[in-house]
Amino acid sequence: MPVKILVRYGEIALKGKNRGQFEQQLHRNLKAAIRDCPGEVVRLYGRFMVTGPEEKLEIMLERLRKVFGVVSISSVRETKLDLEQIKDLAASIIASLPSGENTFKIETRRSNKIFPYTSPQINQMLGTHLQELFPDLIVDLKHPSFILSIEIGYGKAFIYLDRLAGPGGLPVGISGRSLLLLSGGIDSPVAGWLAMKRGLAVEALHFHSFPFTSKRSQEKAVNLCRKLTAYGSKIPLHLINVNAIQKELRAQCPEELGIILLRRMMFRLADLLSKERKLKALVTGESLGQVASQTLESLSVITASTNMLVLRPLVGLDKREIIDLAIAIDTYDTSILPYEDCCTVFLPKNPVTKPKLETVERFEARLDIRSIMEEAINSLETTIVKR
Amino acid sequence: MPDIYLDNSATTRPYPEVIELMSRVQRDIYGNPSSMHVKGLEAEKIIEKARRQVSALFGGRESEIIFSSGGTEANNLAIKGAAFRHRRRGTHLITCMTEHPSVLNCYRFLEKNGFTVSYLPVTKQGVVSPGELEKTIRKDTILVSIMHVNNEIGTIQPLEEIGRVIRGKNPGALFHVDTVQSFARLPLRLKEWQTDIAVCSAHKVHGPRGAGCIWIKEGTLLQPLMHGGGQESGMRPGTENAAAIAGFGLAAELSTENMRQKADHTWKLKLAFYRELQKSGVDYYLNGPPHEEGAPHILNLSFPGLKAELMLHSLEERGVYVSAGSACHSRRPDPSHVLKAIGLSRERLESALRFSFSAFNTENEIALAAKETAAAVRELRAII
Repeated sequence: MPVKILVRYGEIALKGKNRGQFEQQLHRNLKAAIRDCPGEVVRLYGRFMVTGPEEKLEIMLERLRKVFGVVSISSVRETKLDLEQIKDLAASIIASLPSGENTFKIETRRSNKIFPYTSPQINQMLGTHLQELFPDLIVDLKHPSFILSIEIGYGKAFIYLDRLAGPGGLPVGISGRSLLLLSGGIDSPVAGWLAMKRGLAVEALHFHSFPFTSKRSQEKAVNLCRKLTAYGSKIPLHLINVNAIQKELRAQCPEELGIILLRRMMFRLADLLSKERKLKALVTGESLGQVASQTLESLSVITASTNMLVLRPLVGLDKREIIDLAIAIDTYDTSILPYEDCCTVFLPKNPVTKPKLETVERFEARLDIRSIMEEAINSLETTIVKR
Repeated sequence: MPDIYLDNSATTRPYPEVIELMSRVQRDIYGNPSSMHVKGLEAEKIIEKARRQVSALFGGRESEIIFSSGGTEANNLAIKGAAFRHRRRGTHLITCMTEHPSVLNCYRFLEKNGFTVSYLPVTKQGVVSPGELEKTIRKDTILVSIMHVNNEIGTIQPLEEIGRVIRGKNPGALFHVDTVQSFARLPLRLKEWQTDIAVCSAHKVHGPRGAGCIWIKEGTLLQPLMHGGGQESGMRPGTENAAAIAGFGLAAELSTENMRQKADHTWKLKLAFYRELQKSGVDYYLNGPPHEEGAPHILNLSFPGLKAELMLHSLEERGVYVSAGSACHSRRPDPSHVLKAIGLSRERLESALRFSFSAFNTENEIALAAKETAAAVRELRAII
């Protein structure tokens, strides 16, 4: 027998024309999340109803609760709009509960005002009926061990017990497309997740330094993208080799400026790629003050190399909070795999913390930026990472 | 590009004969060795042949060999099996700081389960001091684990002296030796060491992964870790992996043929590699025992200033495969416990590489590998 899942989304934040777009995008994303189960998604007076095979219930719940825009979901049972049938279904649900769950509360939500009883009336009639059937049951409005929820819809009523929280946010895609600079560390996947949470679709760009960095570190970027696909759709992952750039910088510029210069080159490459892929913003995992390249001075010198909008969703978070988020979204264990990446390979001993734009530009003038950029761009490889 | 495999302490390339035998066993001898019919008998005979082949390296008593899935399982059975079987006699255990993780982590587990563990320190060359052991061993010590050859730096432990100390101070304590790195590479003098339990693995000696064994001296009692259908004298139940065991037996036999010459050959390779590197004039440090001591197949070197992973990939690009001596990462410093125990500085820890040789390597390969190593060091020094 097919099972049904009720999906709720945040209505409060929505107004005017946005609402239609929001719903359409969410509808698409929900469908994409469970297409292979296979599940169906139907729009229903301010909710979505998902129908799918019984054996896939757990998988569908797990996936749906990760879709941005979803506030909560419930696995529901459906019955005809008839008080006697509602009573019977409620009784059979309660009969299947483990013993010990005996304080309860009924919450009715009546969307269909034509139904002849008001919500409080339904609560009362149903409660009385259930207590007659199950003498152990005690009504406890403050601390019930379970809540029996009834939704009176059009033509159907739904009954459910649990409500699983969704991630909230906006449906991925509704805010446009962006390019996530994905290093392989703890921060950037979290930044990507936060960008997606505000409705941005992301493509990812990973810089490597093969042969100084291994194929495993590239595989790690792929795996991090795969983790992020759980929250959105497929993610195109672009790989660019900056080994030649790093060697050139090492040869031409002072060691302590290496990271700043490299990051400026990375931003230029990201800028170029974004224009080609029509992406509207860069998203980075930079925070303030974590490392030398993330002082206010460093960030502004780095940002000066592009005129694109750079979003840094982690700027308000402490390291501990970032780690907690990384654990919660399941990217942490992948992030901490100990492979060298292109930033750790050439880590200077004493990087500058307060670089000056003029100094940096003076050294850049020594470089043939166009040709080293071209060499890097030629190394571009793109793979589409799917769930 | 050359294809020079110098990571033989991690695992080895199987003998072609081993692969052939295993595929024949998989295909034709698929019976369950415990079955009464002829198919079962065929399989049983294959396993008993392997047991004879392997036991030849452990003193020849077939009943003393219990096949396992490999070195890790065998070490687990040795340590936890001994500790749990003899806990009524005492709860003190001794091992050393540079043992393999499959030994150390068993001891850490036992520490959480009511046992007390003493971890012996080692010298700069990785050697356990018998004097230190003598001071540490107590009346209630029931088990001492000291490895034969260290897998990261090649130190050979003075097992004869260690055995003498154990027997002198506490004859009842069991003596367990991890011989994963020395099995079929060096002679195992179990009698002289006065050891009770030894452990080895097939894939370190050109056999298959998924097979190993524990040698348990007759009369030594261990608590099995698994319970089941009584296979392997009840010490390691479960339907036998006949193909892997057969491959193990053959690999043990093939490795033993001319073992002396093979060890000499590996020695020559190690020394040649070291001399070539010396001649090249690049900077390096030798970690562990002097190069003319230690195991014939392991050389651990640090190239200061060059992170191990960087060197590893640079060598990989040149067709030379080695291990990073220490899984160290600037974001999560997790340096090798062995290199830390011998007191290496951070710089040497971060830049340590392990070169490990086998009888399959040729002199030409080694000369080339040394040249490529020196070239990689020079190239990286120029840009880092």
